[in-house]
Amino acid sequence: MKSLAELAAIRERMKDKVVLREGSGDIRVVVGMATCGIAAGARPVLNRFVEQVSAQGLADKVTVTQTGCIGICQFEPVVEVYEAGKDKVTYVKMTAEKADEVVEKHLKGGKVIAEYTISAMDA
Amino acid sequence: MKELSLNILDIAQNSIKAGAAHIGVFLEETADTLEMTIRDDGCGMTQDVLRGVTDPFYTTRTTRSVGMGIPLLKLAAEQTGGSFSIESVSESDDPASHGTTVRALFHKNHLDYTPLGDVVSTVCTLIQGAPDTDWHFRHRMGERTVEIDTAEMRQVLGGVPLDSFEVLDWIRQSLLEEYAGFDTQ
Repeated sequence: MKSLAELAAIRERMKDKVVLREGSGDIRVVVGMATCGIAAGARPVLNRFVEQVSAQGLADKVTVTQTGCIGICQFEPVVEVYEAGKDKVTYVKMTAEKADEVVEKHLKGGKVIAEYTISAMDA
Repeated sequence: MKELSLNILDIAQNSIKAGAAHIGVFLEETADTLEMTIRDDGCGMTQDVLRGVTDPFYTTRTTRSVGMGIPLLKLAAEQTGGSFSIESVSESDDPASHGTTVRALFHKNHLDYTPLGDVVSTVCTLIQGAPDTDWHFRHRMGERTVEIDTAEMRQVLGGVPLDSFEVLDWIRQSLLEEYAGFDTQ
């Protein structure tokens, strides 16, 4: 492993933030990580969300979690966005590039990207 | 699956769902073979369930704990002339010592061998998805070893969760450095 001293430094930096995290999670991003999702490419999608939520300074507001099969395997990778007081948004056939856009426009800008949602697929 | 590292990600999800406190992912490589072991101390399976898990048509939609994942890994191993085994002790049979061990052996020089792929991303994804679980990852290639043990990390981190981005990034960089060190040797 890398030097554990670096981890100790992270602990020092995170001390105050850990308290903040308790009240966080206004927005929840859930990535389907069952066999169907993984085979369709969910791993890079999940990792891009984790990376970009931090890079865009959204870590206090947005949590990224994983779930099992959502039941719409043909649309994997599937990403659901939950926000208190709003309807759930289901993004389908996601890629890392689309994840960048969702972070930028939806999580940061508050605007749902309609053409990536499951409703656009039905039409 | 395009990479064996994706099979690892998939199979270890079963260990998370089984409520394991400790999950080990071990890779042992020789010039010709790769042996993959995924071991957990989760709730395990009864022998009846265990007999069915390698059959893709055994699973019903309500049984989410098993599915196509194990048949896919078994096929990936056997199509290289390798082997597959799964052992499990259910919590109901032995409350003191239970869990599941999945083992797969691959012949790397076989035409149908699936490359290991981005195992670093798999380890990071697993830790991000189950930050309260203790993960032990070890990849031995002859004399060389790449290893990470979250129990050791936790002692240094105190209450800082493993899924904090800075910690996840440390894990990724740490593994990448270890792998890179080998490439230059």
